[in-house]
Amino acid sequence: MPYVSLILGRIGKAVIVLLAILVFNFFLIHAAPGDPAAVMAGEAGATDQQFLDDLRERFGLDQPLPVQLWRYMSGVMQLDFGYSYRQQMPVLDLILDRLPATLLLTGAAFVISLVFGILAGTLAAMRAKRPSGSIIMGLSLLFYATPLYWVAMMAVLVFSVMLDWLPAYGYSTVGAGYTGLAHVGDVAVHLILPALTLGLFFMAVYTRMTRTSMLSVSQQDFVKTARAKGLAPGVIQRRHILRNALLPIITLAGLQAGQMVGGAVLTETVFAWPGIGRLMYEALMQRDYNLLLGIFFFCALLVILFNMLTDVIYRLADPRIKEGVA
Amino acid sequence: MSFFRRFAQNRGALVGLIILALVVLLAVLAPFLYPDSPWRMVQRPFLAPGEMAGFPLGTDTMGRDVAAGLAHGAWVSLLIGLISTVVALAIGVPLGALAGYFGGKIDDALMRFTEFFQTIPNFALAIVLVAILQPSTTSIVAAIAIVSWPPVARLVRGEFLSLKHREYVEAARLVGQTHRDIILKQILPNTLSPVIVLASLMVATAILLESSLSFLGLGDPDTMSWGYMIGAARTVMRQAWWLSVIPGVAILLTVLALNLVGEGLDDALNPQLARQR
Repeated sequence: MPYVSLILGRIGKAVIVLLAILVFNFFLIHAAPGDPAAVMAGEAGATDQQFLDDLRERFGLDQPLPVQLWRYMSGVMQLDFGYSYRQQMPVLDLILDRLPATLLLTGAAFVISLVFGILAGTLAAMRAKRPSGSIIMGLSLLFYATPLYWVAMMAVLVFSVMLDWLPAYGYSTVGAGYTGLAHVGDVAVHLILPALTLGLFFMAVYTRMTRTSMLSVSQQDFVKTARAKGLAPGVIQRRHILRNALLPIITLAGLQAGQMVGGAVLTETVFAWPGIGRLMYEALMQRDYNLLLGIFFFCALLVILFNMLTDVIYRLADPRIKEGVA
Repeated sequence: MSFFRRFAQNRGALVGLIILALVVLLAVLAPFLYPDSPWRMVQRPFLAPGEMAGFPLGTDTMGRDVAAGLAHGAWVSLLIGLISTVVALAIGVPLGALAGYFGGKIDDALMRFTEFFQTIPNFALAIVLVAILQPSTTSIVAAIAIVSWPPVARLVRGEFLSLKHREYVEAARLVGQTHRDIILKQILPNTLSPVIVLASLMVATAILLESSLSFLGLGDPDTMSWGYMIGAARTVMRQAWWLSVIPGVAILLTVLALNLVGEGLDDALNPQLARQR
């Protein structure tokens, strides 16, 4: 059962990374100016010494640091990420409430960027020596160099303010009370701009990667053999070159997933998309450190889950890869 | 062919170099062109570009001169991009060199460490670091450097792995050079060209990161930056679109120029690769 031990190994590695992030979070909150009690008291709007001392005792801040670290870690193990005084809710509830919107946005952006990126990259590789290939690469460089949040704002300016085709912000029409299919359609219309702008940057990354990968595969011996056999160029491109060129892209896609969660902070801020990215912005504005670190932990968790998924896909796509090679 | 002729053969790189030179010029001249603080209110707010002589790019929501902000912001962007890249190199190059040269357990441990930093979402980590350490030029530079060194370490490690068994390295070992001398004087100089190319692209990414942080309100509160200008203009996009368009174009051009220069450097420093393309 190679897959079972493989997956177990991955899970073990992921747990170590997550534990390390927790330790990192713990020391980070202690690096913040004022101890957590002062931060919390500030969030709760209280200043008197008695309240501070109570807080310190309640959260064990009068204990030695290792004891505090242990308490923090065991709290998280029981899914206790602390309390957000600003929002008057447990951090976990806040995050779980916003998670679906982010998964929808990043998922849509991921599919868009991957599909169009591979398509554009393939075209650019097939037309490497023609102007159309250069135009695709020029455009991808342009998208690569544009700040994500600025593309989002320009998209709002053009498609919402000037043309009035698409809604500028939000998840659904406020007060419309759509149900069923109408609601799905409403959300989809709101999703178009955020998903496209978030996907654009990553599309540029995949385009460049696909092109490079295809060009390097096309120089390998088995492609020359296929040409010598007289196979049609289209068949060679699809079945010989593209299939093999896609492998490194799967790995890259896994790595990019993390960047996408980060990018979602910017996109969700511009479009007022009610996901954890927007929540992170709110936590920033309110200096709500408990919430901020909780979101950070969830971002990392998402990335790790996604990396594990791409790892499995990679091994399914390329049976030559056996355990111990990677 | 000389280095510069190879560089100039890539026309995009030449264009990039010219744009970059203009941005550098703007940054350097900023204190002379606009000696006053770019935060000062100088005219009534919401002047459109060209509406009033002396304010070619207009004024923002608080009546500050947009052109002055643009010039001072150029300085901030370039400075933070450059310094954070240097710091990232200072972390990544030694780690990669040690891992690649010694291999074995040292390599394992250092690469685990690198992998850990690659797993954590970059931008989220930068946000958390700057927010908790409080926004300042130092914390921004530190955050950008901390999220951008892993690719350097990986690149340098790979170079060291492929170079450490070359004959000239074996020869240096045979005549009894110390590890330190072999690493610093024999191998490291030969890894420079890919590192330079990577570094030029890293400056571009660092500028994007800095602008994104300031857009979210995490910029140094004492310095005017392009990202801050866009963030401040977000709420008035309908009334004054140019306030967000102008600094955005500035970022776009600078980052684009750096990427083009990076590609040109790649062609010039790795001529064999360039011919294959």
